Amino acid sequence: MLHSPALITSGDIGLAVAFWVLAGIAIASALSVILVRSMFRAAIFLVLTFFGIAGLYVTLEADFIAVVQVLIYAGAISILLIFAVLFTKDVNRGSTFNKTALLSFLIASLVFVSMVITALTTNWTISAEAAPATTIGALAGALFNRYVLPFEIVGLLLLAAIIGALVLVREK
Amino acid sequence: MSPTGPNPNWFERWVLDFIPSTANALKDLLGHGPDWLAYILFALIGGFIVVNLPALLTPLFIWIERKVLARVQHRVGPNRVGPFGLLQGVADAVKLMTKEDLVPDSADKLVFNLAPLMAAIPVFLVFPVIPYSARATLADLNLGLLYIISITSVTEVAIFAAGWSSNNKYALFGAMRAVAMLISYEIPLALSLMGVVLIAGTMQLSVIVDTQRYMPMILLQPIGFIVFVTAVSAELNRTPFDLLEAESELTTGYHVEYSGMKWGVFMLAEYAAAFAYSLLIATLFFSGWKGPLLPGFVWLAIKVFFIWCVFIWIRGTFPRLRVDQVMAFSWKFLVPLSLMNVLVTAVEVNIQANQGWEFFPMWFAPINLVIAVVLIVIMSKLFKFEGQTRQVLPSRMGTIIPVTQAAERAASKAK
Repeated sequence: MLHSPALITSGDIGLAVAFWVLAGIAIASALSVILVRSMFRAAIFLVLTFFGIAGLYVTLEADFIAVVQVLIYAGAISILLIFAVLFTKDVNRGSTFNKTALLSFLIASLVFVSMVITALTTNWTISAEAAPATTIGALAGALFNRYVLPFEIVGLLLLAAIIGALVLVREK
Repeated sequence: MSPTGPNPNWFERWVLDFIPSTANALKDLLGHGPDWLAYILFALIGGFIVVNLPALLTPLFIWIERKVLARVQHRVGPNRVGPFGLLQGVADAVKLMTKEDLVPDSADKLVFNLAPLMAAIPVFLVFPVIPYSARATLADLNLGLLYIISITSVTEVAIFAAGWSSNNKYALFGAMRAVAMLISYEIPLALSLMGVVLIAGTMQLSVIVDTQRYMPMILLQPIGFIVFVTAVSAELNRTPFDLLEAESELTTGYHVEYSGMKWGVFMLAEYAAAFAYSLLIATLFFSGWKGPLLPGFVWLAIKVFFIWCVFIWIRGTFPRLRVDQVMAFSWKFLVPLSLMNVLVTAVEVNIQANQGWEFFPMWFAPINLVIAVVLIVIMSKLFKFEGQTRQVLPSRMGTIIPVTQAAERAASKAK
């Protein structure tokens, strides 16, 4: 996808290197998000995490999902988060009103352990088929033919949410 | 880089073949084992070219703007450094690099230092996917257009980071305005391109250029073109929409605390973005590198030059808009217009598909032009900007009231 057709033969080693580099970036910046004091910096690190994950999608040849990951998460969600950070008091000193750090840590680690156990014990079926050269055509076909009704319902839901948000903040 | 052009000219034969042939030679040299080394070297060479060529051309771009803008304003423009002042950009770069690099004491230093880079990187990531000539694309992605839209949306984070980390109220105001405006204009920017994607049936830029071999897309997509150019001038913070810089109100907004080469990188990113968007407009609406006689990249350069001149012309002519006017214009005028354009184009593409025509018929061009004129006239009749209806608190701001209200009061007094 993201390499020129003239030299498409980037081997398994290149893929492995790319995977480990991207995974390292994603995990290191994800750790920074929770360890960094300044919440604004945390938001910036979160953007980096999103980029790392987008890169992982590229190594999986899921080009459309990778681009949408950058568009939605790195471009839009991050802005939303930064706005939320700006409305928080004392952003530079981290979370000053959160007194339940231990409980949060316990619950988060419980979720993490259960996810790891699930990932390790599940019998993953690996498809023998080669990855499609382009994913966007098949995705569009599925979205606008077979799943057109769910798609329309989601669209309506989002529209209702937008109008609801506008009504809530409108000045009388 | 597949050979699609009929007769590769000297440029394509010698210059463009250099990269793949070097990479292939490297691959042969290294044997079949460390394939990835050749791949990384190829990526480094390509990346070097793709970052440095636009960075070197950007001073030329700035020079054109300063010269043409000077002519618009009955001035001469830079004319001292080099012939016709051509080396002014180099002199400015040297000046910026030797200037003192100030960092405010209360700034968030890490974010402050990273923000210029964060602004520049996404812009330079646009250049690899643009087709410069028949075979000259570094990465001909099949999602090229979506990739460009998504990668340029990251600059907002950089602008916000710059404004916030400066710890300066003007910088933060500028950043808030910038982000609000850029988010609003990204919607018409993306929607206006949907018509082009529908007609071409792909987001791959080389194929989009190829579908324009009989007629440029601007004739089939007049609304798309107008909306896209408007949204691009907002994304580029150019004059009708430069309220996030607004020297007179915000003293240049989000980069007010930046000096020296960090400020220079912001400017470089802005003009490199102008260059990238001009290339994109030429590619999408003016049939890209295609043209008779001359080699592809020369045609592309000519088209980019004219598009850039139009941008400068707009900058020299229009006054700056107010922040609420800018928002209303995006949401109430550009978004509905581009949505209607998507509808019209979808109907036409459906007709084409049902009739089994191989190409998009040319007689849709006059129809689309008429539809564009009618829609724009109707929309501009419907687009009533009510102005600021809230009265500014007199205790804080003296007795300043909005112009519309002042007019209403004058009218009621006259009665």
